Amino acid sequence: MKILTGNDLKSGAVVWWTGKGWSIHVDDAVDAGEEWETVLASEEAERRVNVPYAVEAEQRADGSIRPAHIKERIRALGPTVRADLTLKPNDPDAIAEVV
Amino acid sequence: MTETAPENHVQFRFRDDAQVSDPAVTVDAFLGQTNAAAVRIEPGDDARQLLPHLDRIALVEVNFPAFTDGRGYSAARLLREEGYQGELRAVGDVLIDQLSHMKRCGFDAFAPDAPLNEEDAQAAFNRWPEVYQSAADDRQPIWALRHKG
Amino acid sequence: MYQYDQYDQAMVDARVAEFRDQCRRRLEGHLTEDQFKPLRLMNGLYLQLHAYMLRVAVPYGTLNSRQMHMLADIADKYDRGYGHFTTRQNIQYNWIKLEDAADILADLSKVEMHAIQTSGNCIRNISSDHFSGAAADEVIDPRPYAELMRQWSSFHPEFSYLPRKFKFCVIASEKDRAAMRLHDIGIRILKNEKGEVGARFHVGGGMGRTPMISPVIRDFVPVDQLITYAEACLRVYNRYGRRDNKYKARIKILVHELGKEEYTRQVEEEFQHLLDQGVEPPYAELERIKAYFADPAFEEGLSDDLDLSDPDFALWVKTNTNPHKQAGYVSAVISLKPVGGIPGDATAEQMHLIADLAKDYSFDELRVMHTQNIGLPHVKKADLYAIWQKLDAAGLGTANLDQIGDMIACPGLDYCSLANARSIPVAQKISQRFDKNGKSAALGELKLKISGCINACGHHHAGHIGILGVDRKGKENYQLSFGGSEGEDTSLAKITGPGFDEDGVVDAVDKATDVYLRERQDGERFLDTYRRIGMAPFKEALYD
Ligand code: HEM
Ligand code: SF4
Repeated sequence: MKILTGNDLKSGAVVWWTGKGWSIHVDDAVDAGEEWETVLASEEAERRVNVPYAVEAEQRADGSIRPAHIKERIRALGPTVRADLTLKPNDPDAIAEVV
Repeated sequence: MTETAPENHVQFRFRDDAQVSDPAVTVDAFLGQTNAAAVRIEPGDDARQLLPHLDRIALVEVNFPAFTDGRGYSAARLLREEGYQGELRAVGDVLIDQLSHMKRCGFDAFAPDAPLNEEDAQAAFNRWPEVYQSAADDRQPIWALRHKG
Repeated sequence: MYQYDQYDQAMVDARVAEFRDQCRRRLEGHLTEDQFKPLRLMNGLYLQLHAYMLRVAVPYGTLNSRQMHMLADIADKYDRGYGHFTTRQNIQYNWIKLEDAADILADLSKVEMHAIQTSGNCIRNISSDHFSGAAADEVIDPRPYAELMRQWSSFHPEFSYLPRKFKFCVIASEKDRAAMRLHDIGIRILKNEKGEVGARFHVGGGMGRTPMISPVIRDFVPVDQLITYAEACLRVYNRYGRRDNKYKARIKILVHELGKEEYTRQVEEEFQHLLDQGVEPPYAELERIKAYFADPAFEEGLSDDLDLSDPDFALWVKTNTNPHKQAGYVSAVISLKPVGGIPGDATAEQMHLIADLAKDYSFDELRVMHTQNIGLPHVKKADLYAIWQKLDAAGLGTANLDQIGDMIACPGLDYCSLANARSIPVAQKISQRFDKNGKSAALGELKLKISGCINACGHHHAGHIGILGVDRKGKENYQLSFGGSEGEDTSLAKITGPGFDEDGVVDAVDKATDVYLRERQDGERFLDTYRRIGMAPFKEALYD
């Protein structure tokens, strides 16, 4: 599947398109559908997101979403060298899953 | 108002003489004819080719097709250093945040593709209380102020 | 060190106001991202993997305790309690909000700091020898010249939209501690036979995807023509530098394509023209700046004796200090490379401690080093033990300067949106491996440098051992190279062969050091042995 991502204009935080808005949790991402370019253009024009783009991802059996490229997985979680600063500081397996 | 190409719209001008309305010709065309008084410099042109003819030029337009291409700053400043007194007009992708640098390089007229917010533009022209370098305007650099008298 | 007068302060304040206004126009939608990007970059604000990143300038690497305290406060208040010191003697914060950026710049301006021109296609922060004003071997303190150039290059009206970024480095000793010849322009301040001061201009060096060592284009520019000559160099570059291809836009490509002779001829022509234009500040301005860099009040007649009975302390003194021009003093280096740590990162608490040490023991001066460490330039030998004890207690006492554990690493794929692979985990694994196997000390000086992509922010081309992260079919892969140096014997490293995965490259480095230990002759560093025996024996060990 294709999912949409970008950074929040004001905070710079990594965000994912949920079909209605933007979430910092990649698991909230939805399939971008056919019209994704239109979505990106209007969301960017409204300044709800900065430099958005589409990335490949797969939805796993448990419903969680895994971007295909390691770069996007690191964006989704946080730096692999600072578990304390990631979105899942208490999950010891989170980093291993990214790399 | 009659239709004018947007690039002919001079939004800011810091001169008292009448605005030149001759169409500006390319550097090549200018060098090939003797009566043109207005010439337009593109980023790849060598402004030094105009030096022998400066006394008969009333308007030099320097085109900025993209604001990120800064060659026009050098062209403008060089013309002023060589004594060019006529109008030096920045045209094209001329935006608020480049105005003060352009003015320092000797531009005294600005014809942006898209009209600029007047208030923001005036703030930009007045942005720098002082300047660090001597350039093509008449501002005294900070080092001169420090060692005055 | 330099202090702002009312003019400098007014300029920085104007810049803060300008950027605040630019941020407002961006947030209100009057500027598109394409229009805003060059403006934010010229204020050091990037958009990186996790947030905005702010790069703060530390001009020629010099700062005082007040400034370091402020850097720590910013880390706490606007970031996540730490910062990353870079190879260009700056500091980067990784978790910045656009909404806060102008406030941060305003805080910085209170301590005479800024983020001006720390990115963008303009003249960047000017770097210098991190032991300037202290080193026993310098001809003269290069920082006044760098400060003169800082002011000249700040908000330069003609050179704010160059073909590409532009990096100056100014040094003043034969020994090169600043990778001078790998900068767009490297300037070495020196004295001629008559004892007059001048500048040797090296133009067209750089790293990135096409690393080049800069040639000398003028042996001696009289010091009262320094700015004029730099202006001429830049104008020729602005005129002819390539704009069609971002990867060929650096001045090194121009000098290479035009040829050094033709480039030099054009610069000299432009220089002759500019000499009449009054662009050179008067000599009095240089004198004014120099007064700020006068030696601190060193005590005379101090002894050079030191009690080295504590072996850990003795080791630290041996590796982490540099000779000082004043008897009884040294420059001490605080390693930001603890075993298994993140090279160049420092927490706010560490920054506060370092600031206090500078205040108490180093005439209130600090240096950010291109090796991503922090220097205390003027320390009394008698104070070293007390300093070391405090550092050691705070995890800052690692004795590994210029050894394999003191590697340079860029942020890589953990932070950087341009990266192909992660750099930091490789650095950590190598550091741990060599701590465990105990070889570091035996290996002596061994400069290992890691970049996460071809942009070479981690100087891998200039590493005795260089590691470059690449993307091989979506997997992180690491190319290994040997033989680079960024010292006065500058050379570019050569690739060993096919790349390795993360663990593979750690093993490969380990094997390569075994080859060195086996082959080395008296007094040879890894680099010297490699230069003497060539790649073949290493290849054999790595790929068989
Ligand atoms: C994380 C954000 C960073 C980005 C986006 C970035 C971007 C770049 C790019 C694109 C280049 C290549 C320029 C060219 O060849 O034209 C480059 C070169 C360089 N950067 Fe970075 N960099 C970053 C961080 C750093 C850090 C953390 C350091 C210091 C550790 C650094 C120091 C340098 C140096 C020394 C060079 C090579 C010298 C040169 O050719 O200019 N950069 N950077
Ligand atoms: S070398 Fe590449 S990965 Fe490393 S900081 Fe520079 S641009 Fe980023």
